[in-house]
Amino acid sequence: MMAEAKATHLKNRPLSPHLQIYKPMLTMMMSIVHRITGGALYVGTLLLVWWLVAAAAGPNAYASVQWFMETWFGRLILFGYTWALIHHLLGGIKHFVWDLGYGFGPAEREWMTAATLVGSIVFTVVLWVVGYLVMGGIR
Amino acid sequence: MTDHTQKSIRTPLGRVRALGSAHHGTGHFWHQRLTAVANVPLTIAAIVIIMSILWRNHAAVVQILGSTLVAITLLLFVVSSVYHMWLGMQVIIEDYVHDEIAKLVSLMANTFFSFAVGLAAVFAILKLSFGL
Repeated sequence: MMAEAKATHLKNRPLSPHLQIYKPMLTMMMSIVHRITGGALYVGTLLLVWWLVAAAAGPNAYASVQWFMETWFGRLILFGYTWALIHHLLGGIKHFVWDLGYGFGPAEREWMTAATLVGSIVFTVVLWVVGYLVMGGIR
Repeated sequence: MTDHTQKSIRTPLGRVRALGSAHHGTGHFWHQRLTAVANVPLTIAAIVIIMSILWRNHAAVVQILGSTLVAITLLLFVVSSVYHMWLGMQVIIEDYVHDEIAKLVSLMANTFFSFAVGLAAVFAILKLSFGL
């Protein structure tokens, strides 16, 4: 009886407006992307572990990792992984600023958020260009 | 039980049923930020290490990953990142999974996954370092 009373009580509670009520804003979109990149990086750790374990296992296991990393699909995943990592990192730095109570002004929050998006793309492209040019690229 | 000394508006029955705060929120929040701060330099270091050996052959990779400074840096990166993602995924699960059984299973799976990933990575790095 208590449980029933509780269930009806909860059902009739007013709900707070959710995402679809609001006009999409940059800060809101990047907040969602921060969570999505976090989730993607979570799954992406499997790639890191595969790479480390293969290196520890020996040349044959490592060769299969290297083969995969050089397929177009492997490169796409690596590129996406790097972008997700850098975007999550820059978003995290923005959250440090907000956690400390700064950067909530209308102009500040917009440019900081835009900076995490632009910065993540620029850093990722630069990183891979440097990677291919300086580190030797495809052997 | 008299209510004269009660400091909370939560009823004693509600407390007994544990329908409320577990009082771990502040620690959770703090550890999320602590690992986030640590992850800033550690992630940059890990990216540099990985990018610089991505195109090298196995022998060179083993040698570099096994060197003390690189190994310690990667170990710190793995431990801090895995703890950070464990906490983060817990928040995501608690936000979206409302069915009690599904939530319990998801939270357990999150812990198993995080520990498995973390332990495998740590073992691999140590194996490379000790050259076994």
